[in-house]
Amino acid sequence: MGFIAEGFQKALHLILSGDSEMFAIARLSLAVSVLATAAAVLAGVPLGSWLAVKKFPLKKLLIALVNTGMGLPPVVAGLVVMLFLSRSGPLGFLNWLYTPTGMIIAQFIIALPIITALSISAMQSVDPKFYQQVLTLGASDWQAIKICLKEIRLTVLAAVIAGFGRLVAEVGAVMIVGGNIRHQTRMLTTATVMETQMGNFDMAIALGLILLALSFAVNLALTLIQQDKVRAR
Amino acid sequence: MTRILCAAVIALFFGCQGKPAPESVVRLATTTSVQDSGLLDILTDAFQADGKYTLQAIAVGSGQAMQLGKTGEADILLVHSPDDEKQFVAEGYGTDRTTFLHNDFVILGPAADPAKVKGAKNAAEAFKRIAAAEALFVSRADKSGTHKKELKLWAAAGIKPVKAFYLEAGQGMAGTLSIANEKKAYVLADRSTYLAMKKNIGLEIVNEGDEALINRYSLILVNTAKFPKVNAGGARAFFGFVLSEPARDMIEKFGLDKYGRQLFFYDYRIKSDYQLK
Repeated sequence: MGFIAEGFQKALHLILSGDSEMFAIARLSLAVSVLATAAAVLAGVPLGSWLAVKKFPLKKLLIALVNTGMGLPPVVAGLVVMLFLSRSGPLGFLNWLYTPTGMIIAQFIIALPIITALSISAMQSVDPKFYQQVLTLGASDWQAIKICLKEIRLTVLAAVIAGFGRLVAEVGAVMIVGGNIRHQTRMLTTATVMETQMGNFDMAIALGLILLALSFAVNLALTLIQQDKVRAR
Repeated sequence: MTRILCAAVIALFFGCQGKPAPESVVRLATTTSVQDSGLLDILTDAFQADGKYTLQAIAVGSGQAMQLGKTGEADILLVHSPDDEKQFVAEGYGTDRTTFLHNDFVILGPAADPAKVKGAKNAAEAFKRIAAAEALFVSRADKSGTHKKELKLWAAAGIKPVKAFYLEAGQGMAGTLSIANEKKAYVLADRSTYLAMKKNIGLEIVNEGDEALINRYSLILVNTAKFPKVNAGGARAFFGFVLSEPARDMIEKFGLDKYGRQLFFYDYRIKSDYQLK
């Protein structure tokens, strides 16, 4: 038991002493996951809304595929992105393998189905008569979707929280695509794995605590927005 | 609040920019022992000091490192699996293979030494005793240099290790050592990783010093004729840097302050006029 308490003690000391490398790692983790979430929201919310309101053949099949994508294993996403970005792969000319950009792409692919699927179900919770009514008032498809999105923005925000939560905790894809390179692509999760394997539990605990704190801070900000809007109603 | 968040996202985006030009990035595929011992950090810092190059060092097993070389993914390799290296060069994937560094492997085991390995006259004998006692043994099982060395030792002992006492971890050196430590098992490790992790584990050296336990590291340039996308200039620069006097001094001093002993032995004779262009 003693070594766990000691680990926590040393971890707190490491955090309070402001180890610059540790904070650079935290900054990178935050940047990659936030940017990937933002990109997935920009693409996934319109896509999900459109899939929800439009009628077209094989719609149910497509929605089932998106739902399956919610369970996409990060290592599979990482493997595929790695193969495409590798020098011998089709996108090798971009030189994005083992860079933060590559990690953002991999995480974007993980978050996209989550945010799309949750947007679909959020949009489908809107009364179809309401959507039709907006259309008959002369709105275009996208204008009507925008109006509906305003109605369900709280649920969409929940989708954002779910997507970010998945990404910031993810280790498989960023390990494969980023390579855990010191000062370049080392993230909180990959560094935690490495330090744990090395038996440096104090460092691993410190990294884990920072990860939790970061996740809490971002979720707190999102929740504050969400609850502000509840009150504004 | 929404605006603050949007501004934060944009700030993060610009914070993420500033990627170095591709020709200044040198991609080194190397082994976990070089990273876990800390040697990679000091080499990286010194090589990048003049700001000309950024070193992207991917620390994997030697097998995987050579796989990265076989697809032209890496520019230069620093590996320790001599038989595979020779084959790698013979098949035309690499050039200028230069063995420049060595240290040694050690056989580690629990202090109680249930298989009575201490006192074995050589490494093969030690492995025989582990197998005879059916004491737990954890293998890297990742085609790394250490794994290849271990398989050679099993062959020398005349044993096929497939029984229940043989655990295949499929992980790097540090991960494998941690498993062996928790399971109180025997394990083959390179001395540098063992020393780096010694404070965290309870395993002891049960056999060392056999000629068969020597661990040789080599540099190999990935063949630019085969892979035009390889950063030939950058790879040459790192090659030249490692085979220079400043790098030799750094490597020979490495570990003295932290572990009280030298971890890596430099055995390349530097030509005073060594110039790589």
